[in-house]
Amino acid sequence: MKKAWRSLAWLAVIVVGLTATLAGGVLFSTATWTPKLALDLEGGTQLILAPRLESGQTVSVEQLDQAVAIIRQRIDATGVSEAEINTQGAENIVVSIPGVPDDSTLERIQSSAKLEFRPVIFTDVATSSAINEPTPTPTPTDALGETATPTPELVATPTVSPTDASDPNWVTPALFDEYTNFDCATLAEAQTNVAPVGEPLITCEAGGGFKYILGPVEVAGETIADAQAGLQATSQGGSTGRWAVNITFNAEGTEQFAAVTERLFAFPESDPRNRFAIVLDGVVISAPTTNAIITDGRPEISGSFTQESAQILADQLKFGALPLGFEVQSSDTISATLGSTQLLNGLLAGIIGLALVVLYSFSQYRMLGSVILASLIIAGIITYLIIAILSWRQGYRLSLAGVAGLIVSIGITVDSFIVYFERIRDELRDGKSLTSAVEAGWRRGFRTILASDAVSFLAAVILFVLAVGNVKGFAFTLGVVTIVDIIVVSLFTHPMMQLAARSKFFGGGHPLSGLDPQALGAVYRGRAQFREPAAASSIKQQSSGREAAKRQTIAERKAAESAAALGKGKDS
Amino acid sequence: MSRLTEFGNDLYTGKRSFEFVGRRRIWFTVALVMIAVTLVGTVLRGGFSFGIEFSGGSEFQVANPNTLPDGSIDQTVAADAVLSVVPGATPRVSIVNNGDAVRIQTDQLEVSESNTIRSALAAAYGVDTTEVTSSFIGATWGNDITRAMLTALVVFLFFVAAIMALYFRTWKMSVAALVALAFDLAITAGVYGLLGFEVTPAAVIGFLTILGYSLYDTVVVFDKIRENTIEESGTRTFAEAINLAVNQTLVRSINTSIVALLPVGSILFIGAVLLGAGTLRDIALALFIGILVGTYSSIFIAAPIYALLRQNEALVRKKDKRATEARSTSGAVV
Repeated sequence: MKKAWRSLAWLAVIVVGLTATLAGGVLFSTATWTPKLALDLEGGTQLILAPRLESGQTVSVEQLDQAVAIIRQRIDATGVSEAEINTQGAENIVVSIPGVPDDSTLERIQSSAKLEFRPVIFTDVATSSAINEPTPTPTPTDALGETATPTPELVATPTVSPTDASDPNWVTPALFDEYTNFDCATLAEAQTNVAPVGEPLITCEAGGGFKYILGPVEVAGETIADAQAGLQATSQGGSTGRWAVNITFNAEGTEQFAAVTERLFAFPESDPRNRFAIVLDGVVISAPTTNAIITDGRPEISGSFTQESAQILADQLKFGALPLGFEVQSSDTISATLGSTQLLNGLLAGIIGLALVVLYSFSQYRMLGSVILASLIIAGIITYLIIAILSWRQGYRLSLAGVAGLIVSIGITVDSFIVYFERIRDELRDGKSLTSAVEAGWRRGFRTILASDAVSFLAAVILFVLAVGNVKGFAFTLGVVTIVDIIVVSLFTHPMMQLAARSKFFGGGHPLSGLDPQALGAVYRGRAQFREPAAASSIKQQSSGREAAKRQTIAERKAAESAAALGKGKDS
Repeated sequence: MSRLTEFGNDLYTGKRSFEFVGRRRIWFTVALVMIAVTLVGTVLRGGFSFGIEFSGGSEFQVANPNTLPDGSIDQTVAADAVLSVVPGATPRVSIVNNGDAVRIQTDQLEVSESNTIRSALAAAYGVDTTEVTSSFIGATWGNDITRAMLTALVVFLFFVAAIMALYFRTWKMSVAALVALAFDLAITAGVYGLLGFEVTPAAVIGFLTILGYSLYDTVVVFDKIRENTIEESGTRTFAEAINLAVNQTLVRSINTSIVALLPVGSILFIGAVLLGAGTLRDIALALFIGILVGTYSSIFIAAPIYALLRQNEALVRKKDKRATEARSTSGAVV
């Protein structure tokens, strides 16, 4: 009795604890009373991106994480809120966006993080709107020594073919007109700003401080072998205390970079053409001046860096340089209406299923069905709380597959009760009193429940670790429910049975109790004694002792030993 | 008490008994015939029909489309809308979601084509473009799922065989359980192939769940076998002890299957009637078949195979001999 109440008290502690955790989360944090829904129930778009890989090429976890960060930056830049970006498996990235993304957003997500070095041909302080305020910029003549007459039919191809990437001849009247009207604010919008490798590019600095006309790509980002942020060293080897970014090029990059710096260094420092721009995804992340000809492929970018900004630039150089493009492997749009219909129907199916299970339980186990019903309700409450808490803490989202997992688990949960009740009935058939039948049935039944739940849990864990996508959500709920099943059957169903066994209704074997010994075939022998049914009167001899010993668990062996010891004690 | 309870009483005492182990030839033959039928049927039908998640393609769904005067949905306008954008396409149009939505599947299309088709479909059915959803699945996606699934399968089988061997202290139970599992998977897959149900990722989830369920069910039966073979007296042979265990857990097996089938059946019903094709129906369908077959295999395959595997062990033979002798001398009826 005491034990039963203690188990129930523990159960109460668990339920109250979970409720308090969730309530606390709702009051003081971002938790909600209902679990968050996955895309297939809430509506939205899910994109699965796979890297475009050369054969034999692999993706490291670090690269994938960096790619996720880059994609997140890109989506945030489009103003889409609540996007979820996760890695899936060893090389895929899953992007979940509420609503339907437009083409430019899609384009932006897919394009590879392209890092390139372009020489600066012309630069200027960006104006917020080039159209409303006529630009007080110097005319092309001043800056480039070339006359450009803005006419309706602007010449779009260079009249004199440019000799190198810094050649002002790249700047055609059409390009300059485009440059004049280019608004840095548009860069932040969904359009990815790209130009072919061999063409000039009009762009702005990240943050929109400066506008640039850049020459064709001279060094590709892939040639960067490494980039590190570090404190700038003086020629004596001491530290200047200023942060800088050190780049290491590979052989190809070293050669190209040497050629570029040689040319750029020839320009006076006041000339914008002395500078080269580092362009990531079409936006200038830095445009340092050239202070020396770098022939060893190890340039240092210095400036007004903080430790943080130096680290960011180094990361951008190192990872942005990945030749990692992504292609959309699958794209799935679910309208919000369809999602909610699915959820409603799923819940409806669950309720019908549950009702049928409860009806069947009552038909088979009479009033014991109420124990099954109560156990299911407790299991339902605990499962709900755990899922709501995980949804808050771990970002778990309930998907349609997860709902299916929950519905399916009703059967597996009820099976534990069936196994237990059938064991109790077996013990009653052997002529035991109900109180001892409950205990004996529990000892045997719980072993079976643990063993079978272990198999089920193992399946859930392996599926969760190894499987992808939807399967994960399904495996997750299955695993949670298996654990809840063990909690409920040991801390609720069993103590309830212990208590019920002492009640008049169940203990007295009322015909409707589902535990009526007479109906169970145990024959009454008078004064709480039942004759053991004929065929079950197994002579408990030790003839098959060796088989028994072989199949015994340690616990059973110990129990047998102590029983034998006890028996001896009685005999003597 | 219900009739099943009385039935349970008789099974428990041995008053009524089914020859699960003794007539194993029949059960094995039935199993082999089932495998042969589904296998031949699948081959004759031309293999499995995979969903577009595996073959790759584009799919559109129009929610709440305008209906014809008689309340039905005109399916030809959908095909026309697709063909107006991509002349060579082969659209497959079907009504889903209890007649509330039209589903159009095509070969893989370009993103720009998909968007144009979305607008065309919205115009054709007089709905807003937001009511038209589009999905596109690259053919490699299905391969990725399959690869992940096969890895999971191998790892799971390894671990579960090890755990069962440790728990039951005999590898023969693991073998018997895995044979039953293989049967379950073969038949479930076979039914899909035989009846031409579409294999979707959701169906794959269903298959994977059968793994857990089938073994779960077998473990319950085997635990009773383990118990009976420990405690069993000298009057029963090893095979008879196993058979009694299976009989004694028969009511549990029936009840469990029914209780497991009821919720799955209601998903299947709701899914098929109200929703049409979809995640819920696909999971439920695979599970429904799997649970039925899993119950059969635990009783008619796993237990007899275990008896078969152990019948030639010296220890078991000795015990059987003793049991037969004990019976002939005492004249006890079993």
